[in-house]
Amino acid sequence: MPNIVVLVKQVPDTNAPVSISGGAVDFSGMKMVMSPYDEFALEAALRHKEAAGGEVTAVTLGGAGADKILKDAKAIGADHIVRLDHDGWADSNAVQGALAAAIRDLGAEVVYCGKSAADTGAGSTGPGLAEHLGWASASNVLALDFGADVTATVPAEGGDARLSVSLPAVFSCDKGDLKVRKPNVKGIMQAKKATVDVRAAQVGASSVRVVSCALPPAKPEGKTFHGGAAAADVARLLREEANVL
Amino acid sequence: MTETIIIAEMNGGVVAPATAELVTAALALGGAPVLVVPCTDGASADAAGFAGVSRVIAAKSPVFSSYDAAAWAEAIDGIAPAGHVVALASSRSKDLAARLAARRGLPVVQDVVSIDGGQLTSPILSGKAMQTVAVDGAAVVTVRANVMAPAAAADADVSVVDASGDLKTAVLEVVARASARLDVAEANIIVSGGRGMGEPGNFRHLEALADTIGAAVGASRAAVDTWDEIPHSMQVGQTGKTVNPNLYIAVGISGAIQHLAGMRSSKYIVAINKDADAPIFKHADYGIVATWEEALPVLSDALAGMMS
Ligand SMILES: Cc1cc2nc3c(=O)[nH]c(=O)nc-3n(C[C@H](O)[C@H](O)[C@H](O)COP(=O)(O)OP(=O)(O)OC[C@H]3O[C@@H](n4cnc5c(N)ncnc54)[C@H](O)[C@@H]3O)c2cc1C
Ligand SMILES: Nc1ncnc2c1ncn2[C@@H]1O[C@H](COP(=O)(O)O)[C@@H](O)[C@H]1O
Repeated sequence: MPNIVVLVKQVPDTNAPVSISGGAVDFSGMKMVMSPYDEFALEAALRHKEAAGGEVTAVTLGGAGADKILKDAKAIGADHIVRLDHDGWADSNAVQGALAAAIRDLGAEVVYCGKSAADTGAGSTGPGLAEHLGWASASNVLALDFGADVTATVPAEGGDARLSVSLPAVFSCDKGDLKVRKPNVKGIMQAKKATVDVRAAQVGASSVRVVSCALPPAKPEGKTFHGGAAAADVARLLREEANVL
Repeated sequence: MTETIIIAEMNGGVVAPATAELVTAALALGGAPVLVVPCTDGASADAAGFAGVSRVIAAKSPVFSSYDAAAWAEAIDGIAPAGHVVALASSRSKDLAARLAARRGLPVVQDVVSIDGGQLTSPILSGKAMQTVAVDGAAVVTVRANVMAPAAAADADVSVVDASGDLKTAVLEVVARASARLDVAEANIIVSGGRGMGEPGNFRHLEALADTIGAAVGASRAAVDTWDEIPHSMQVGQTGKTVNPNLYIAVGISGAIQHLAGMRSSKYIVAINKDADAPIFKHADYGIVATWEEALPVLSDALAGMMS
C-alpha cells in the first residue's frame, strides 16, 4: 500500500490586492490560503489512497503560520500533517533539496503537488523534486487512473497523452476534471484536535537572491470606443498601430 | 569564454520561431550562445542558425520523439556544455528547465520578462507584482515569449551528436483534440468568450473569427463551468491556462482578477463588452463598449477584409 505525500503551500489569497513597501511585497493583512492547485493535488492523493490503500501525509515547508493550511488538509482527509520549519526565501534548489530529504525520511513512494504555486507561478518544484529523488514525473496532470502503475493524462502536442508512470513518481496537478471534496463535520473536529508534526528543515544555501519587488508597470491608457461600428476602427488599429495582424 | 546554452523550442519536430527570442535573452545573460536542438533527426537543426550563435548542436536521440521530462533532461545534460541555460517559458520547457536545473545542481528562474545587468525579472503573485533576482553563478532561465526581440537568422556550424536518456514514463496513446484549432497555450492570437456569449452555440462566431486570423479560442471559467460544451482545456486564468499572446480578444468577459491572472501579460488586449464599467476595460488597449451581437460581425468582416 503506497505511502502518499501531498505538498501544500501557503500563499496569499488570489483575490487580495498586492502592495509593495520598501521594495518588498507587504504580506501583513493578506489572508493566506492553500495554493489553489494544491487542492487538486490533495484530491488526487486522497483518490489514490481510496484506490490502493495506504496513508496520505500532507507536507509543507514554511513558518508556523502555515499550520493552518495543514489543518485544512487534515479536515479534508489527510492522515498526517508535517511542517518542515523554515521562514524566509529559498531558491528552487534549496526548496527541492529540503522537500526531497523529508520525503526520503517519510519513506514515501508517490508525491502529489500543484502544477504551480500561486505566489511563484513557477511550476519548478514537481519536476525538480523528482530529479532530486531520481523518480519519474508527470506535470500538468489533468486526470489519473490508479492501477499497479499510475496512468496520468497530460497535455501533449496535438492532444492529450495518456502516460503510464511507474512509481516512485511525482505528479504535478492541474485542475482537469477533478472536483475537490469539502471537509465534513467529523474532519473539521479531527483537524481541530490534530497536532502538526514540526520537523527541522534541511534547507541548503540559495544562490538566487531577491533584489526587489515592484508593482507591474502601469499600462498606457487604452482607447475606448462606443458602439459596434467602431470595431472596424479597432481592426485597422490592430494592423496599423499595434502591428499584430 | 564561458558558453550559454539555448534549448531550441521544438514544435512538431521543427525549431519554433520563438527560439530566435531566446538568442537575444542568451546574449543579455552573457557567454557565447550555443544552440542545442533536441531532435530525432539531425536535419532538424539545418538552417537553425541565428546571428550571435557560435555553434549549433543537434542533439539526436529517439527520446525526443515524445516528451519525458527525465529522459530529456538526462539527454541534454549529457551533451550540453556547462554555463547558463536558456529555454522558452512554455509549459513543457519550464518542466524540462526545472528537471535540468535540479540535475545540474543549478537554480531555475522561470518566466523571465527582462534581463538587465545580471538581474532577472519575473511576474509573481499571478502578475500582480514583478520580482527581480540576482543569481550567483550559473542558472537555468526560462523566458516568456514575445518579450525579447528575435535574433536574425544566420548560417551556423551544425554538429550532430548522439544523446541518450532513460525513459521513466511510457505514452499509451495520444487522444487527438476534437478540433484542429491551436490550443490557447500555443497560440499567438486568442479569441476568448465569457458568460456574456449567452449560450455555448454562440462560440461558433468566435471560432469563425479565430479561423480568419489564425487564432485559438479560449474561455472564461464562468463559460466553462456553465456550459458542458466548453471544455476546461479552453479556460484561461488562474485555474486555467496562463497565456501571453501578441493579441487577446476578450468577448463578453467581465475581467475578474482570476481571469486577468491568466492573460494580463498579453501584448495587446481588445475587449468587447456591453458594460462600460466592466473591469476588463481597465486592461484593454482597445475597448469596444457594445454587445458582441453588434460588434463581432463588424470586427470579423473588417479583419477578413484585411487578411485576404
Ligand atoms: C479560486 C478561483 C479561481 C478562478 N479561476 C478562474 C480562471 O481560471 N479563469 C476565469 O476566467 N475565472 C476564474 N475564476 C472566476 C472569476 O472570478 C469570474 O467568476 C469569471 O472569470 C467570470 O467569467 P465571465 O467574465 O465570463 O462572466 P461574468 O462575470 O458573468 O461576465 C460576463 C460579462 O459579459 C458581459 N456581457 C453580457 N452580455 C453581453 C453581450 N451581449 N455582449 C457583450 N458583453 C456582454 C457582461 O457585461 C459581463 O461583463 C476563479 C474564481 C475563483 C474564486
Ligand atoms: N514551500 C513549499 N512547501 C510545500 N509545498 C511546496 C512548497 N513550494 C512549492 N510546493 C509545491 O510545489 C508546487 C509548485 O510550486 P512552484 O514550483 O513554486 O510553482 C506547489 O503547488 C506545492 O504543491
